[in-house]
Amino acid sequence: MNRNIHQLEAIANELRCLALRAIYLAGSGHPGGSLSAAEIVTALYFSVLNIDPACPDWPERDRVVLSKGHGCPILYAALAKRGYFPLEELWTLRKLGSRLQGHPDMRKTPGIDATTGSLGQGISVAVGMALGGKFQGKSYRVYAIMGCGEQQEGQVWEAAMSAAHYCLDNLVGIVDYNTLQIDGCNAEIMEIAPLSDKWRAFGWHVLEVNGHDIAQLLDAFAEAKNTRGKPTAIIARTIKGKGVSFMENQVKWHSSILTKEHFEQAMTELGCDGYFAAACKETSHV
Amino acid sequence: MSEKIPNNRVAYGKALVSVGETRPNVVVLEADLGKGTQTVLFRERFPERYFPVGIAEGNMMGVAAGLATTGLVPFASTFCVFASMRAVEQFRNSIAYPRLNVKVVATNAGIEIGPDGATHQAIEDIAIMRAIPNVTVLVPSDPVMTMKLIPMVADSMGPVYVRIGRQDTPYLYDESTLHLEFGKAVLAREGYDVTIIAIGNMVCRSLAAAEILEREGISARVLDMFSIKPLDSDAIVQAARETGCIVTAEDHNILGGLGGAVAEVLSAELPVPLVRVGVQDTFAESGDGEAVLRAYGLTAERIAEAARIAMARRDGLRRT
Repeated sequence: MNRNIHQLEAIANELRCLALRAIYLAGSGHPGGSLSAAEIVTALYFSVLNIDPACPDWPERDRVVLSKGHGCPILYAALAKRGYFPLEELWTLRKLGSRLQGHPDMRKTPGIDATTGSLGQGISVAVGMALGGKFQGKSYRVYAIMGCGEQQEGQVWEAAMSAAHYCLDNLVGIVDYNTLQIDGCNAEIMEIAPLSDKWRAFGWHVLEVNGHDIAQLLDAFAEAKNTRGKPTAIIARTIKGKGVSFMENQVKWHSSILTKEHFEQAMTELGCDGYFAAACKETSHV
Repeated sequence: MSEKIPNNRVAYGKALVSVGETRPNVVVLEADLGKGTQTVLFRERFPERYFPVGIAEGNMMGVAAGLATTGLVPFASTFCVFASMRAVEQFRNSIAYPRLNVKVVATNAGIEIGPDGATHQAIEDIAIMRAIPNVTVLVPSDPVMTMKLIPMVADSMGPVYVRIGRQDTPYLYDESTLHLEFGKAVLAREGYDVTIIAIGNMVCRSLAAAEILEREGISARVLDMFSIKPLDSDAIVQAARETGCIVTAEDHNILGGLGGAVAEVLSAELPVPLVRVGVQDTFAESGDGEAVLRAYGLTAERIAEAARIAMARRDGLRRT
């Protein structure tokens, strides 16, 4: 897809609005980690991935595993925007009978490649997908988006070791390094730094980028594609709650309820005031 | 089968090879216990389809899940203790919940493994695995059954947990007459006074118990409940109706395993006296396998005694 950086930035902004509205209407969810991953998800779904929304199970498609499954609102927004399902379905997030579960469910949601939510597990599933691709001579690539708190799970490092062992250069691990987790900042809960050194020591090609800079992300994905013999880890420096002033770098917005006031201010800051105006009136009682 | 297969582990390894011959999409994962689980036989024959993950059972479950999403049929093996407890949350969330086509075949079940001691004696795995939705739980009792079961497992859809013992075991069945179907118990011996429902290494001991009872003029039915889930409720209810009392026998905690499953059916459908032979909610200890089984009451004699107790309770109820 040939979109310029400005178009991609606009899409990232739109995904933020969609994700926040879904969380607002759901009455629960994880805004902070959805907003921090907006550019990563945008770069993948609107530029990098070889996918066909009309055929979500296409065997040759690139795969995305949202290992930090709680960030799924931003992923659902991207899938809806790409046409996997109607935009209106976003407003059913976390509600009974919805195809959009609180954490990604590959059996319910078109376009979701792996069921995730229990931290540390998605990266292992991504390793299996990449290994299966290599074994069957397929050329698809696998992208696993991890959280920074998730790096504390031992399974991440079991998976990292195995990906390097099997020389999975069709696998890219992205760490949404926003430095915050539920109970506080990484450094006070359990330090994960020096993160790049860790991934390098586990045999991965490591790139550090500003995770809100689409151009840097696209360059990193391109470099990963040209890297042979080892998987690539992209350590994406991000800001939790990015784009909404009162959420940025605030631990409490890992998972917090948005009031109508919060939501409206966020929309104003994101320049999406008019975007949902009509629909918001209808559903403001929610 | 021309050559005698000593135990269910070797039967698994051999069955895996034969499954591999005709099914190119079968791959095997192993967490550094290939010699114990006998998946080494597959490694020798199909090295390109054998993926060791090292001593990392949680990752093994996730990698198996990922492989399954690509259309492959992964068999993931380790010891029961690690498959059902070390990696159970990975199994639940990455495999069972999304109904992925992963076959976990775990060996070294129960206290019969002996000398390695309680850390390696899985007595909870059936209870744990059968509580997880979407999972088929199977416990073959002899090499003939294991050889027959593994191809069925390979051809089934969805997550399966197969529990296999370590020790040598006698042949109980004839290959040509053994008919297996998930959810259908195998009638190992017909009888009318009491029913012994058994799994795994306790089936041969239950058959021995039936012979002890026969000498006393008691006719004992033996059901091999190899399919723990789906469970053959019909066979259990029929046994309750026809023999009026039941004994269960398992190398597993009496809580939540076969005894628990049978108790659930009986209490809901047709309550009759039930005596559960198994590990009595305690950790066992090191020792020769047979000695450990004896010390913890997993013997033919104990099963026969349980049958007498069950019959006495039944007859007491009938008198009152």
